Amino acid sequence: MDQEQQIPLSDIAHGRSGDKGNHANVAVLAYTDAGYLWLRENLTADVVAQYFAPLGPSKVERFLAPNLLGLNFVLYDVLAGGASRSLRIDTQGKTLALTLLQMPIARPANYEEMTRKAAV
Amino acid sequence: MSFRIGNGCGFWGDNLDAPILLARDGRLDVLTLEYLAELTMSILALQKERDPEAGFAGDFLDVLARLAPIWRQQTQLKIVTNAGGMNPSACARRAHDVLKKHGLTKRIAVVSGDDLMPNLDRLLQKGHPFANLDSGEPLATVRSRVVSANAYLGARPIADALSLGADLVITGRVADASLTVGPLMHHFGWAWDDWRLLGAATVAGHLIECGAQATGGLWCNYQEAPDLANVGYPIVDVEADGAFVLAKPPNTGGAVNIETVAEQLLYEVGDPAAYLTPDVVADFASVSLTQTGPDAVRVVTTRGKPATDSYKVSIAFRHGYAASGTLVVFGPEAAAKARVCGDMIAKRLERAGALPRRFLVEALGTGSCVPGVLANLAPHPQPNCPGARGNDPPEIVLRVTAQDERKEIIERFSKEFAPLVTSGPPGVTGYTSGRPSVREVLAYWPALVDMKVVTPQVQLFDN
Repeated sequence: MDQEQQIPLSDIAHGRSGDKGNHANVAVLAYTDAGYLWLRENLTADVVAQYFAPLGPSKVERFLAPNLLGLNFVLYDVLAGGASRSLRIDTQGKTLALTLLQMPIARPANYEEMTRKAAV
Repeated sequence: MSFRIGNGCGFWGDNLDAPILLARDGRLDVLTLEYLAELTMSILALQKERDPEAGFAGDFLDVLARLAPIWRQQTQLKIVTNAGGMNPSACARRAHDVLKKHGLTKRIAVVSGDDLMPNLDRLLQKGHPFANLDSGEPLATVRSRVVSANAYLGARPIADALSLGADLVITGRVADASLTVGPLMHHFGWAWDDWRLLGAATVAGHLIECGAQATGGLWCNYQEAPDLANVGYPIVDVEADGAFVLAKPPNTGGAVNIETVAEQLLYEVGDPAAYLTPDVVADFASVSLTQTGPDAVRVVTTRGKPATDSYKVSIAFRHGYAASGTLVVFGPEAAAKARVCGDMIAKRLERAGALPRRFLVEALGTGSCVPGVLANLAPHPQPNCPGARGNDPPEIVLRVTAQDERKEIIERFSKEFAPLVTSGPPGVTGYTSGRPSVREVLAYWPALVDMKVVTPQVQLFDN
């Protein structure tokens, strides 16, 4: 097996994003316990901040919701003014979750335990 | 006996058939209808400025007229809605007329007191700064441009209205979840300091407030949700201990499962363990989800914390004018040509001394939703996209947006799209909808205010 093989985050998680004024939240939900442990370890606030750096977040906070196998990220000042003022087509951060789920990650060794197929 | 609440409207502009189908087939005790997004109140405030009898969600009256035959049969059904917007009394008058026309006699209650504009200067003078929750700036910096200021009221006045025997409760600004919390508090008689039950009720309200988003809408695996065109709107079937089953009416499309519910539970949430409403600090991290049947998820909430002593206040202030226009640019090299068009508009405005203060060119089709973020991903071939070359799609939508406090600058900007059809690069098309319209920008200013200085009011509508 090629250790360097990459997979999209969407193989092991789903999610949804929305706005709060000029801030956005991005929820990432693992399909399995193994996936959640991987996300908790690897998908840090720093990693997410770096990924979204072109949007210029002033800060990224991460909250854990183990009951949902979920991580919730709050990206501050990332919407170029938000629903009222932003000139961008996506004023409300609706697309941020799908963007994060496209992030390429190194295929974890126990990848098979993380996919949706592995979820009961 | 469980108590069933369904939400048939997630925002102003939502599907007009949804509330009718939900009320008809949902076996509901209460139908809620949610119309107010962050900036809706400011738009309604401007409407009321022009017409003192306007300023509420007009769609509601059409929905009410179509609900009338169902309501005649389901005499026990209550309707709770924030359609009142900036003018719940006017909304109630019109709703009364609609019901009368359909031969229905229903008791209508109006919940108000959320509108802080009449007292805003007095409150500022008394030392309530309405500081911007994000920047900390005092409201004084934009006071002269403020058009609306509304506190998000809680569930209590809604419960009070139902206690007065209201069949239809029309509110101004209340927290979205409170539309559900109010009827539950009234029905079960839960204590107003039972934070776990208030938390459970808030979870129910939060899950259904956006309508179809809980039942298959936006779901990442939407391909597995059958017939989204006929998506069923969400119902919570609540027990006396606060546990509930989230479901949808029979013979509808969409899906209710742990994925759809979990995605919606975290929608527009900050710290899941501290979801703030005027009623409670709800703890979404204490929620467990169990699939109990086809399209049925049981939701149990085990914790809640005392509410804070502040109301959130949504303030809007005038922030100039904006317009946004589009053209279609066909390839080859569609994205590059779109950029050329955008530059032409900027140069022409600059030469005319009319360059807007804020100006953005987007080539939709190249990742403009998240500018710059996807650029780092490896380009992927586009097998479903004949005519694509590498990462360059066959056509692009050019979108140019401008904002300025000077209206005439934006009006001039709106006239620069049509000329590109003849003076730009080849392949420019799609100019069919005329000049983009100039809109007034209302900027959002979130703040808090001490609960003590806001007085929620409940009034039975009197013919």
